[in-house]
Amino acid sequence: MGGYTLTELGSIFVMQGFAGLSLFSVLLLMALGLAIIFGQMGVINMAHGEFMTIGAYTTVMFSVLTEKFIPGFIDYYFPFAILVSFLIAFGIGYFVEFAMIRHLYKRPLDTLLATWGLSLIMQQIFRSAFGAREVSATLPEWLLGSFQPTESIDIPLNGMFVMGLTVLVTLGVFYFLFKSRWGLRVRATTQNRIMAGAVGINTRLVDRVSFALGCGIAGIAGAAFTTITSTGPTTGTLYIVDTFLVVVFGGAASLFGTIASAFSIAQAQSILEFFITGSMAKVLTLLTIIGILMLRPEGLFSIKVRK
Amino acid sequence: MTAIYKNLLGGKQGVIGLALLAALIFLVLPMFLDIFRLNLVGKYLTYAFAAVSLVLIWGYGGILSLGQGVFFGLGGYCMAMFLKLEASSPENTAIQSTPGIPDFMDWNQLTQLPWFWEPFNSFPFTLFAILAVPGILAYIIGVAMFKRRVGGVYFSIITQAIAAILTILIVGQQGLTGGINGITDLKTLHGWDIRADSAKYLLYYINGGLLIGVILLSRFILSSKLGRLLLAMRDKEDRVRFSGYDVSNFKIFIFCVAAMISAVGGAMFTLQVGFMSPSFVGIVPSIEMVIFAAVGGRMSLIGAVYGALIVNFGKTYFSETFPELWLFLMGGLFIAVVMFFPNGLAGLYEKHGKRVMEKIKMLRSKPTPPVEKTLSGDNSSATARKAA
Amino acid sequence: MSSSTDFTLAIEDLTVSFDGFKAVDGLNLYVDQNELRVVIGPNGAGKTTVLDLICGKTKATTGSIKFKNHELTDLSEHQIVRAGVGRKFQTPSIYENLSVYENLEISYPAKRNVWGCLTFRRTAEIKERVREVAAEIFLEDLLDMEAGLLSHGQKQWLEIGMLLIQDPELLMLDEPVAGMSVKEREQTADLLNRICKGRSVIVIEHDMEFVKNIAHKVTVLHQGKILAEGSMDQVQNDERVIEVYLGH
Repeated sequence: MGGYTLTELGSIFVMQGFAGLSLFSVLLLMALGLAIIFGQMGVINMAHGEFMTIGAYTTVMFSVLTEKFIPGFIDYYFPFAILVSFLIAFGIGYFVEFAMIRHLYKRPLDTLLATWGLSLIMQQIFRSAFGAREVSATLPEWLLGSFQPTESIDIPLNGMFVMGLTVLVTLGVFYFLFKSRWGLRVRATTQNRIMAGAVGINTRLVDRVSFALGCGIAGIAGAAFTTITSTGPTTGTLYIVDTFLVVVFGGAASLFGTIASAFSIAQAQSILEFFITGSMAKVLTLLTIIGILMLRPEGLFSIKVRK
Repeated sequence: MTAIYKNLLGGKQGVIGLALLAALIFLVLPMFLDIFRLNLVGKYLTYAFAAVSLVLIWGYGGILSLGQGVFFGLGGYCMAMFLKLEASSPENTAIQSTPGIPDFMDWNQLTQLPWFWEPFNSFPFTLFAILAVPGILAYIIGVAMFKRRVGGVYFSIITQAIAAILTILIVGQQGLTGGINGITDLKTLHGWDIRADSAKYLLYYINGGLLIGVILLSRFILSSKLGRLLLAMRDKEDRVRFSGYDVSNFKIFIFCVAAMISAVGGAMFTLQVGFMSPSFVGIVPSIEMVIFAAVGGRMSLIGAVYGALIVNFGKTYFSETFPELWLFLMGGLFIAVVMFFPNGLAGLYEKHGKRVMEKIKMLRSKPTPPVEKTLSGDNSSATARKAA
Repeated sequence: MSSSTDFTLAIEDLTVSFDGFKAVDGLNLYVDQNELRVVIGPNGAGKTTVLDLICGKTKATTGSIKFKNHELTDLSEHQIVRAGVGRKFQTPSIYENLSVYENLEISYPAKRNVWGCLTFRRTAEIKERVREVAAEIFLEDLLDMEAGLLSHGQKQWLEIGMLLIQDPELLMLDEPVAGMSVKEREQTADLLNRICKGRSVIVIEHDMEFVKNIAHKVTVLHQGKILAEGSMDQVQNDERVIEVYLGH
């Protein structure tokens, strides 16, 4: 690491740290939706990556349509795109729960297989509808470029946007689950379904909304990713294993765990990438996660209960 | 003798099932297919090894491994390494900068054979490695997971991660493993040209024989007390512990057996198809192996073979004629099997096909006196019959 | 360093806490050889948790459990079973997909490792023993039946049979007559009186009539601690017990 001045090193450190934070927010955004579906409901949704892709394609569509029909609007379409991504992913998730998931609650391994099948179908729909090549959204002006507090520190704006969005979404999820009436219903159903039903909570509806919410958040994640990378039919599959590991590692039932897990995994991978090649960094991170899971199968945070 | 009849062959029903399968593999298919298509069937039959292994661990043991491709691939790579070394003799590779080593190593500027390739010069060692390497890996994974009571979904996700890790490793280390293209251009086994038509015929029959052998071995395991224990563990693991059994040892055992069976399939694949690459190791091929077992019937060894054949026939046919349709179909197949016929085609046959057969039998035969039920001692056939 | 004891089961200062809540709090309990001890108490008193701790289903936070002077707290479930402790669960826990015969056979205390299971042969001795136990639990005509098809009471008996065949020295039964008809309760009381000879038994029950029929000594648990202990009469007349559990 010779040849750098102290300030340069400091700048590298800041940027590397920022890269880690950026990866953290990406992982967290993906994992939040899955933490609700898997962590709270115990449902394995192997199609989670595809719901993310739904959000991404929605945003791309928005960008294309805006460019074509209302080019002057190009700087403003993004927030609408995010909202619509959420709604569409939510809606499709709602339907999927109704049509398929609700029949499989007692059989988690079968849910895994069925949702894998769903992901194949969705990937093919993307391919048929949007083509096999990757597409990108045209980003509004205010997302391009970078923030330069000093001469040598270069922080990309889209990264900051994603982080900001992640904070918002995380706060939103916390508020929903722990402060709202509906969140109370969700937690009640998760912890004691029979009693929840007995006190008049429509547990079926709660399940449906929870699942749809998780999918909707994945949609937002997809919209956010268009600022960083391009989208193709199989983009979802790139993230699915990582996302599951983040949730499992954090202790499936705990949202705090998900945050802590995403943070540590992201930092570990970024730091490793500095020293060794990308693929080996990935392998090492995965191996470490598995290793830690062996030592502590419940994940980082867990609650001890009498079963 | 009766024990063999009941347990290994599965009683009357089992013998018929096995005979039909053997007839299909050894007589019918070679009669109607040209060598090119037969070779394809041989390829499908190697996937059947993995499907059969899943019947053992998933259908009976309740352990959904989404990483059988890892073991299939390891077996295949071991065989490929031996064949590649043979094909890379100094005479054949005279034009390389370093003759005597595989071409991809030369391209990656390696000047020496890596240490772990050396033992694969020996065929006996290779045969040993095909079983030992996956077996040991499965043992390590099994001990690490099952002793810590990691099971169910967590285990499945971790097997996916392991499949991903192995793929990344293989692809990343191009000089050592051939990278993403795999190990190709395999020519001879001990001087015998495996690319010739006659060789393909022979390999097909060897493959079929090994497959039948694996099915018999699996039947033996499943009809023993271990088989009953697997069923018990699948449904009530805790209870089995409280009956005095160390559950993890049984899971580790069956996981290792399944790994070795898949590895044999992988090795036969390499021989018949002539190469091995990381595209058979990762997450996608591993989950396809699950669908073979699921479609055929996760509780049926013979069903799993049919499942592998049918799904692969479908894949080849549809990918050629309606490529867009194939992924829809496969996805739909996953969903349909899980939701509507969880015991696969074998399950459908048990449920509906048999009723039809009985009705036909009844219509043909005269009324017979009621059969006496024998007590307890003949219960062994119940589980053995199920295992067919 | 550890104390030696004549008791079959010696529990000392046993505590287990779940996230701060002490389900069992400094419990001391001693069971003699050939004693039948009934444990009663209101719901949440920790009765099932005590059984969980003994058989290894739950790990204690502190304290010691000695069975014939062997410390059980560091053993795993199957080791505890092989040491001679048998447990029946509250809801019948049998292998539904296997036949009655196979259920009993699996519980037979021999060849319980991988190699043993692969090479297991159905000897005449084993068949005889299974038939013997099946007769004791009133199921000798139903050996071929799939266990999942039995009635609730029969499933309870099957589970008791699965324990019997292990020949345990300490038998633990969690609400053995729950859900049984009056006739079945009588039969079960008979059965228990028969099988408790030559063993130590711990029974958790709520049915006071049933308890009176079988108990040598009664222990009353409340909030993870012993509230009272003694003969059925003594306990039934204990004021604290009446207040907390038996009612006025």
